[in-house]
Amino acid sequence: MMGDRPSPPRAMSSAATTAPSVDKVDGFSRKSVRKAKQKRSQSSSQFRSQGKPIELTPLPLLKDVPASEQPELFLKKLQQCCTVFDFMDTLSDLKMKEYKRSTLNELVDYVTVSRGYLTEQAYPEVVKMVSHNIFRTLPPSDSNEFDPEEDEPTLEASWPHLQLVYEFFIRFLESQEFQPSIAKKYIDQKFVLQLLELFDSEDPRERDYLKTVLHRIYGKFLGLRAFIRKQINNIFLRFVYETEHFNGVAELLEILGSIINGFALPLKAEHKQFLVKVLIPLHTVRSLSLFHAQLAYCIVQFLEKDPTLTEPVIRGLLKFWPKTCSQKEVMFLGELEEILDVIEPTQFVKIQEPLFKQISRCVSSPHFQVAERALYYWNNEYIMSLIEENSSVILPIMFASLYRISKEHWNPAIVALVYNVLKAFMEMNSTLFDELTATYKSDRQREKKKEKEREELWKKLEDLELKRGLRSDGIIPT
Amino acid sequence: LRGGEVSKMAGADGDDSLYPIAVLIDELRNEDVQLRLNSIKKLSTIALALGVERTRTELLPFLTDTIYDEDEVLLALAEQLGNFTMLVGGPEYVHCLLPPLESLATVEETVVRDKAVESLRKISQEHSPVDLEVHFEPLVKRLASGDWFTSRTSACGLFSVCYPRVSSTVKAEIRQHFRTLCSDDTPMVRRAAASKLGEFAKVLELEYVKSDIISLFTALASDEQDSVRLLAVEACVSIATLLPQEDLETLVMPTLRQAAEDKSWRVRYMVADKFSELQKAVGPEITKNDLVPAFQNLLKDCEAEVRAAAANKVKEFCENLPEDNREQIIMTHILPCVKELVSDTNQHVKSALASVIMGLSTILGKDNTIEHLLPLFLAQLKDECPEVRLNIISNLDCVNEVIGIRQLSQSLLPAIVELAEDAKWRVRLAIIEYMPLLAGQLGVEFFDEKLNTLCMAWLIDHVYAIREAATCNLMKLVEKFGAEWAQNTIVPKVLGMANDPNYLHRMTTLFCINALSKACGQEITTKQMLPVVLKMSNDQVANVRFNVAKSLQKIGPILDSNALQTEVKPVLEKLASDTDMDVKYFAQEAISGKSFPITEYPPESRQHFYKIFIDVQDQLVNV
Repeated sequence: MMGDRPSPPRAMSSAATTAPSVDKVDGFSRKSVRKAKQKRSQSSSQFRSQGKPIELTPLPLLKDVPASEQPELFLKKLQQCCTVFDFMDTLSDLKMKEYKRSTLNELVDYVTVSRGYLTEQAYPEVVKMVSHNIFRTLPPSDSNEFDPEEDEPTLEASWPHLQLVYEFFIRFLESQEFQPSIAKKYIDQKFVLQLLELFDSEDPRERDYLKTVLHRIYGKFLGLRAFIRKQINNIFLRFVYETEHFNGVAELLEILGSIINGFALPLKAEHKQFLVKVLIPLHTVRSLSLFHAQLAYCIVQFLEKDPTLTEPVIRGLLKFWPKTCSQKEVMFLGELEEILDVIEPTQFVKIQEPLFKQISRCVSSPHFQVAERALYYWNNEYIMSLIEENSSVILPIMFASLYRISKEHWNPAIVALVYNVLKAFMEMNSTLFDELTATYKSDRQREKKKEKEREELWKKLEDLELKRGLRSDGIIPT
Repeated sequence: LRGGEVSKMAGADGDDSLYPIAVLIDELRNEDVQLRLNSIKKLSTIALALGVERTRTELLPFLTDTIYDEDEVLLALAEQLGNFTMLVGGPEYVHCLLPPLESLATVEETVVRDKAVESLRKISQEHSPVDLEVHFEPLVKRLASGDWFTSRTSACGLFSVCYPRVSSTVKAEIRQHFRTLCSDDTPMVRRAAASKLGEFAKVLELEYVKSDIISLFTALASDEQDSVRLLAVEACVSIATLLPQEDLETLVMPTLRQAAEDKSWRVRYMVADKFSELQKAVGPEITKNDLVPAFQNLLKDCEAEVRAAAANKVKEFCENLPEDNREQIIMTHILPCVKELVSDTNQHVKSALASVIMGLSTILGKDNTIEHLLPLFLAQLKDECPEVRLNIISNLDCVNEVIGIRQLSQSLLPAIVELAEDAKWRVRLAIIEYMPLLAGQLGVEFFDEKLNTLCMAWLIDHVYAIREAATCNLMKLVEKFGAEWAQNTIVPKVLGMANDPNYLHRMTTLFCINALSKACGQEITTKQMLPVVLKMSNDQVANVRFNVAKSLQKIGPILDSNALQTEVKPVLEKLASDTDMDVKYFAQEAISGKSFPITEYPPESRQHFYKIFIDVQDQLVNV
């Protein structure tokens, strides 16, 4: 593989060392046992093990000085807030931590209500303060196999400050006085790149703030839009093809959902490529369930913009159709139904054959949830109308599986559903239905015969290989 | 045999008409992925049936045109084509394989792409120098300037295989392409380039290593993405090896120093992980001046991942220090850090250290070991984490050579006992596996006095895997201490279990006999073991009875023919008419003397599986 990254040993955080009491329980500790432990928290590495206490000189409140002095004091406060504290050490610098917290609170209020505070000098200082606080190397992930249903997310220890910094930054971006033309000197590509890296944070609260921040930046800085899209592209591609690990995929997709919504028509080639080469492959990732809703939303947004993309999208989904994971298969079927809800009949005709071959396989899945999810399509009026219009194509594809399951499936609920579907088909096109019933047996026999012929063909080929291999003194690499 | 002759041969057999390409292509197009996959995996058979000419003119174009399939199929295809040279007519036609492999080298899926690159690298060696320039190198160029990042990443892996065999003009072009890819604006491509930097440096002329590679290395090592920077660390090893010593300081060290203090822990982790290689590559002087302090920092890193990676390298690093002041460096610089790691807050760090720390004793010698290392070993033997204790115990042999194990034995024993009774059966299993080693080093007296009871206690553990391991352990002990020892210490206890009320313990007796009889010899087997086995043939539990049959079959070869005829045969005959189907079966098997594979059960023997099921259940209840 390309990225020979180190795969560090698992589960490593000083907070997560196994308590001896858990050791005694048994070798088969269940996840829920682990869950009972204390909430894990983590903090960036660069803050730790600093010996000296931090001293900040308290400044007067902004409201206590004359308006003319406020901008100056505002800058001073911003500079003070650049100091970063170690929150893994819960005992150090308590007083100063509290002082910074109240200062940040004051700054949040100040940018929300004040007017005329945003001097040109303030921009670099704001960006500097925000950068100093939020940009940090994220610590090693605690859980290699994060299971959102069982595991508690690891929370950011410095959140009491971090939250206020994010809050402040959002108010700053949303402030009426905010001028992108000045800010763009400081909120540049490098800034955005670091911001995007933070989306890998394990703390969902932080990712939520980041989502708002990035959304505002995308909205206000036209010059950064293409860059942001491209970097998200890279994050996704790395996620799909290299690491399969990135915590903020759902949040990024959510932002993309609204970005796609705003695309102008006709769609640029770049956007189409993003759909086919990035969004569709995202379906292959193991942790799909964590972001599937957002992903499906993006896909449907694309199709509503440009229906001609339906065929490549559906072919893409069929290519990546899950082979062993039934849970994912159910998700795929759900997404496909969302697509079929908005599909244009002309597009439907283009993909109906491969599509219903897959649906026919799903219907005959021994996993009843998969079969059931596929059979529910027949409860969807719009899909039913499409099937009816094209019954002469679809019925022959579906018939054999339906007929077989109606006799063989272990789950009575599935058999009942299949009977309904067969009945619907019978009502739709009774002539064809009777024909297919009549030829079912001979068709099976023909298939068997073909199967036998294939076997014979290969047998003959192998004999030939053997004969040749012998005669040619093994020139054929085996 | 030349390609032409093979094709003539196919013609002579009339096979061409037998296997029209259409039929074969039909197979490759089959709707069922599995069948398609099967066909692709037998692509060489198809090619053989077609002969070299039709393979070149019909099969390969078909494959090139229709590459849109499931990744699994493409992967198989990419692999096959790497072995296709003879099937297209040998090296002079090998370039025919390039078009399909080129397409495969551009697909999205990494596994497929990597396999295509691997095959391309393979067949590049089969190209003549002329073909390499006419066919192969243009392909590399096309890939290197492809639109989508996938083809550019693939190109990164191909430069080094063609560089040594092309003319100097083409060489210059290749270097230029590589340079471009190192500053590609997609991080995926930069990562690919960074990961091939070392390999590429190796095939370059030294002047270009200095002029080209170093600047690329420096740039990649300060990339904005840590995933790129950490790959530069790997390249650092190769580059440092290639350069003369006097250039290292100016060309490599600034970058390496920076990497060791990188703000991203992933980069520091990589430095720690590659530390021994780096140490060898930069030589003793730089090691003394630069790497020692860097290593100290890594051992004190704020991230446990980094500390653990560094702790893993402690022994190797110390071993490779220049001998003249090795001891002094270790004692004054490394050991203080090691001491701190012994009480690290993270168990992975402690356990990484525990797996290598014993190796320091051979380096530091007896006195230092007793004075400085022994207290550390003892502390780790008392560590709360079983893995740490296990790692110490499993490496006892190193200490044994230097100071003798007696120094440790007082602390060793409580540690072993505690591990032997650990709640996790995997921990118990691990300590059992070290028993023969420990017994060898501690000697038979110590063993009898302190450890024998433990070994016997494991025989009645409630987990089958432990009982099984305990049985095997006894066998190894007997091999070590001899039959007489067995007769006095363990055989009576094992045989005593034959009267245990729990049938699982009674079966353990049989399993022990199976394992021990050979090591104990004919005398003990016939006189002491056989009577017990025979008596157990009346056991009320069928599982015990059919295990009697199996045991008799197993120990049969050790017994003399008299015992076999007069004692074993009547019992087996009795068992052969048992009411239980399985007992009958195994008794008959034993009589007919057939040895049978364990997995082969008598046909309609549902009952047998039922019994296994009961046994499994029994274990689960006990857990």
